[in-house]
Amino acid sequence: MKKLDYERPIINKVNAGMPDKFGMSTRVPVISHIEGVAITDIMKQFGSPIYVISEPCIRETFQQAQKAFLSRYPRVQFAWSYKTNYLNAVCKIFHSEGAWAEVVSGFEYTKAIENGIPGNQIIFNGPDKSREDLERAIKDGAMIHLDSLDEFYYLGELAHKLDKKANVGLRINLDAGIYPKWDRFGFNLENGEAWNVLNRVMLHEYMVLLGLHTHMGTYITSVNAYAVATRKMADLTNRLFRKYKYELKYLDLGGGFASKNTLKGAYLPGSDTCPSFDDYAEAITSVLLDSELPPERLPLLILESGRALVDDSGFMLGSVLANKRLADGRRATVIDIGVNMLFTSFWYDHEVLPTQLKSEQTENTTIYGPLCMNIDVIREAVQFPLLQRGDAVVIPRIGAYNMTQWMQFIKLRPPVLLIDTDKQIHLIRKKETNEQFNAMENVPEHLKG
Amino acid sequence: MKLKKNIAISENGFLFNPETGDSFILNPIGKEILNQLKEGQSVTDIKQLLLERYDVDLVSLEKNMEDFLVILQHHGLLDR
Ligand SMILES: Cc1ncc(COP(=O)(O)O)c(C=O)c1O
Repeated sequence: MKKLDYERPIINKVNAGMPDKFGMSTRVPVISHIEGVAITDIMKQFGSPIYVISEPCIRETFQQAQKAFLSRYPRVQFAWSYKTNYLNAVCKIFHSEGAWAEVVSGFEYTKAIENGIPGNQIIFNGPDKSREDLERAIKDGAMIHLDSLDEFYYLGELAHKLDKKANVGLRINLDAGIYPKWDRFGFNLENGEAWNVLNRVMLHEYMVLLGLHTHMGTYITSVNAYAVATRKMADLTNRLFRKYKYELKYLDLGGGFASKNTLKGAYLPGSDTCPSFDDYAEAITSVLLDSELPPERLPLLILESGRALVDDSGFMLGSVLANKRLADGRRATVIDIGVNMLFTSFWYDHEVLPTQLKSEQTENTTIYGPLCMNIDVIREAVQFPLLQRGDAVVIPRIGAYNMTQWMQFIKLRPPVLLIDTDKQIHLIRKKETNEQFNAMENVPEHLKG
Repeated sequence: MKLKKNIAISENGFLFNPETGDSFILNPIGKEILNQLKEGQSVTDIKQLLLERYDVDLVSLEKNMEDFLVILQHHGLLDR
């Protein structure tokens, strides 16, 4: 006689009058394939844990964003925010779709150049630009976005010495009615600082003012904040024109569009609350079109969107190491994905999903990573199916910031795969090795032997 | 190991503890185990029965049974 399929016995308390926030249903979604490739096959070949990136997803998302803006405004340019994901293969996909590069360090700048981006398509942001960085950027004609008065003076000196004009943009911070205000970057608009520095740049012998930049923060769900910021930037552009008859080449509204991930503590899932590219585009472009800027002087609109363009394309695959019962009766599942590989689990309630379901049963479970640290919590209190040791799990929407902010801690960093538009799998970053790691170190003579 | 006497288990896996007013939902195998316990079967006998009926190895079953009994205890459903 054929035996029955087994699942472990469970008992769940019913909290009458206290259905969970989305009603009683706790159907667990399953992800068994990524772009048509079976996850079990991927893990059999490449092991666990592992990152997987979908090239078609990146391209579709980029094209959606581009279309949302270009269908409303004639001149739009995306610049790929390197810090969000600077794996060369990922950058190259964005560049092949037409994106410029937005970088914040010499390291990222070099990557952009090596990825084939000419200096005049590199936006150089951030408070940390070294002498070598600035000299190279001046020579390359990159867009250097000034962050402080100190940097303004320093850049002026260097450009003078090189006897070459620097292409300059001004990072501006402003009040768009959202909290927190990122007022530590660039020059403040409301207190007159930005206008003051603009005048200095205009009068500087070795600087050419190309544009204005603001980046208000990240995961901004208020499209109105973009409308307010755009209005303030457009007003400043006009003021400049009135005084100098000078036309700015571009307005750079930065990044900050939300992705569909759910912020910790949010009541509704991010997929329900996240504005679409069309929503953001409508807010920004209608302000520009309605402004005093005449059609022939409409500046190029630059966007540095990061997470919204790449989050959905990334998946993390891992496996269950153990199931446990905590002292207070709660169920705990330990997986081989830790917060060192999934930095964004500090901000997001990531979904952790099975690759197959033997039954619809779930249990309230906390999901821990494998690190020997109390902070290593991937997901608190989710209705989770009854997986056993060795079963696979998938964490979707992890394409942004994880493959740059990952920490080498206790274990080496896992490899990264790319699935291309023909469903071909490419290893785009190898698993790190002990040899590579040790090659960086040096043991003093007296400690050898 | 015995289930408290007045506990009611319905056909569809709904469990009610009149002492505390708590309700629970069981999955089918959970219901099966509780019904056996209610009938006074020993844990060893129940395990044997499940091994014969289900596609499971002894180690997994023992781990899961152990865990299940702990949680029954935790919810105050067992007589000590
Ligand atoms: C200057 C700048 N531009 C763009 C981005 C990308 O932001 P996001 O991922 O929120 O779109 C950042 C991120 O911090 C940034 O600092």
